[in-house]
Amino acid sequence: MAYIPVKRPKFSILDRIYVVELVRGLGITLKHLVLSLLGKSRSKKDFNGAGIGACMPFPEQRWDDHLPSYYRGAPALVRGEDGRERCVSCQLCEFICPARAIRVVPGSVAPGSSCSKQEKAPAEFEIDMLRCIYCGMCQEVCPEQAIFLSQQYLITPTDRKQAVRNKEQLYRLGGIRKGLIHKWNQFK
Amino acid sequence: MSSQQEQLPKDAAAAEGKVNVQINGKWYRFPKGTRIADACNSVGIHVPCFCYHPKLSVAGSCRMCLVEQGMPPRLAPGATPTYNDDGYQTIQWMPRAVVACANTVAENMGIRTDGTVCREARRAVLEFLLTNHPLDCPICDQAGECKLQEYTADYGQPSHRFTEAKIKKGKNISIGPRVNLDQERCVLCRRCVRFMKEIVGEEILGVVGRGGHNAIACFPGKTLDSNYSMNVVDICPVGAMTSKDFRFKMRVWFLKSTPTIDTNCGTGTNIFIWSREQQIYRITPRQNDAVNSCWMPDNHRLNYKYINSEKRILTPLVKTDVGAPQRPGAWEPTLRAVSEQLRRCNPKQTAIIVSARLTNEELYLAGNLAQLLGISQLDIVPRSGEPDGMLICADRNPNTTGAKLILDKDGRTLDDIRLGIKNGKIRHLIVIGEDVTAEAAIPESHLSKLDYLLVIDHSETATTRAADVVLPGVTFAEKYGTMVNITGRLQRLNKAIEPLGASRADWDILRSLLQGSGGDMSLLTARAQSPMEILDEIAAQFPAFKGVSWAAVGNSGIPITETGETIPLIEREQTKQ
Ligand code: SF4
Ligand code: SF4
Ligand code: SF4
Ligand code: FES
Repeated sequence: MAYIPVKRPKFSILDRIYVVELVRGLGITLKHLVLSLLGKSRSKKDFNGAGIGACMPFPEQRWDDHLPSYYRGAPALVRGEDGRERCVSCQLCEFICPARAIRVVPGSVAPGSSCSKQEKAPAEFEIDMLRCIYCGMCQEVCPEQAIFLSQQYLITPTDRKQAVRNKEQLYRLGGIRKGLIHKWNQFK
Repeated sequence: MSSQQEQLPKDAAAAEGKVNVQINGKWYRFPKGTRIADACNSVGIHVPCFCYHPKLSVAGSCRMCLVEQGMPPRLAPGATPTYNDDGYQTIQWMPRAVVACANTVAENMGIRTDGTVCREARRAVLEFLLTNHPLDCPICDQAGECKLQEYTADYGQPSHRFTEAKIKKGKNISIGPRVNLDQERCVLCRRCVRFMKEIVGEEILGVVGRGGHNAIACFPGKTLDSNYSMNVVDICPVGAMTSKDFRFKMRVWFLKSTPTIDTNCGTGTNIFIWSREQQIYRITPRQNDAVNSCWMPDNHRLNYKYINSEKRILTPLVKTDVGAPQRPGAWEPTLRAVSEQLRRCNPKQTAIIVSARLTNEELYLAGNLAQLLGISQLDIVPRSGEPDGMLICADRNPNTTGAKLILDKDGRTLDDIRLGIKNGKIRHLIVIGEDVTAEAAIPESHLSKLDYLLVIDHSETATTRAADVVLPGVTFAEKYGTMVNITGRLQRLNKAIEPLGASRADWDILRSLLQGSGGDMSLLTARAQSPMEILDEIAAQFPAFKGVSWAAVGNSGIPITETGETIPLIEREQTKQ
């Protein structure tokens, strides 16, 4: 075993009696109190709120317009611009999902359909939102760019069954994604 | 080995009929005539192969197995070879690689699989194979067990230099009732062609087209409808030949493979059961050169649907009154009631029909139960069909030999039991694992005349419908046990999935019945907690089983008795060698 000495910071006497830090912390609280009383708190500026308190008064106000672009919410399936189900039910997302939230039942594409070259598409696709941990691994692993984390964050099922989203719900949430994948084009 | 007086390694090896070969710097000894690929693989040095299959003739066409090879220098006339301190000659390496599948080892040969020559050769072959290969992995059933995927990951290059459009070929072509062909994914190893020609003996498949348009196809007017057609799916190293039954069912990396044996006929073909979460998805053959080589018939392979079917009985069923419908019951009270009833039955008026599809352990317990209750009328139901001259034998029971050894029964007294039931001499009947209205030809109307009918079976049949009590047993995939095949080979059944629902393994049910029926059987059977322990008991009691144990049987089985029967396909394979 190698020992790695850890350097601890040296505290001065002021740090040790911590009164200074305590007072400074109280100062921040007091500042917000004053701003709130004046109706000028951060919630006014950042969330178009009434200016009371530093937080968003959820659920009267919603995050929707204030979400950063990189926010990752519930995973959803997308269709291509041509309406094609992008998912080919390769089950890689099911395999990678650390929470085992995904369940894919593979199926075939009807021979006559416009995307018959793809041959395979999910017969059923389920994501259990009580299991999903929003890690984004499914999006990362998907070779078909068919699954993305949407910005949906308000998920309030009233029982376990309701928390399981089926293929139809997932496509409704995902919608259409721009940028064609030419791989399954008939002429490729 | 430094003194010249001592024997040189080459002479020592020659005395054993072997040759010395240096592989990646280490010296090994192999029997003369061993293929370089087999030699390397046998010492754990993997040589990638597409076209080479140990059971088929050598094609040498894919060039994936290229290795660097060297031999001792060719001597000038009159010169004597010189040996180094270890007694070997120096190796002169050839500038070009050779195929490992079509060449055999020779004395003082050198093989290198880890040098630049070999690495570069493999990379180039893969790049060449991938020039026209489709990007199908996400929809390809072979993904996860595809040699092309594996070798590309191990030896290939990450990018593609070929910018021309890929050649289009046929996709998803149905070439037979059970097999689909995707010509774009084919690497033209011709294993499928050789299998059909050499093992099945039918020329169905061939190669058509030239150059990049080379493709596998059926000869005009022919379809791949042999009962061994699905073996081409197994040997196809890529996803060109795929099974219609398994098509898009499950990715292979989710599946657990359990080594066990096929129970459709007396051959006892060695198989893998592929399952995920209590669901069986496919069955594939498992190599055993004494039983089935690498192959299995299609109809046996596809006969697994009954395991997860709706017809399964998942709880004990009890008829509480004459003419009343069967109602689900709990195990313990049902077992108690059954044991009580069995004790009350007059043994002279009771018969037991057991299935030769049961394991040795279950037959043994059934025999014990008969003995305990004093029942002398017990027999199996023989079952036969046309042998196919390959792997399917005439005996369609997997364990007739075991029944003969353990119960000394072969179905000859079944007629007496049938007659006894017909004329009312037999009032009570215990049926284990059979639908007696089928092969045993006991009509339902006769069954309904019985006072008591106890059935242990896994699925609903005419017999279970007529029963007073049905105890749900399991299929061969849900239990451990041993069986003896027609050639007298003792083989193991392994449990692939847990018993479905509330069903219990047949040996477990029989053991409970034995315990419940009292008597002094307690000394032996009650003690055995598992089929393995019951096998130990059998080994102690029956001379044929002397010295066998679960571990000794292993996954490839051991011959325990002589029956004089042989398996035609194995005979042919052995005479060919
Ligand atoms: S969403 Fe993507 S990773 Fe998941 S099954 Fe479909 S294609 Fe495969
Ligand atoms: S044959 Fe192998 S490499 Fe080709 S698409 Fe199928 S899995 Fe992928
Ligand atoms: S179909 Fe498969 S087995 Fe037949 S030649 Fe092509 S790659 Fe080989
Ligand atoms: S395996 Fe040797 S050439 Fe194909």
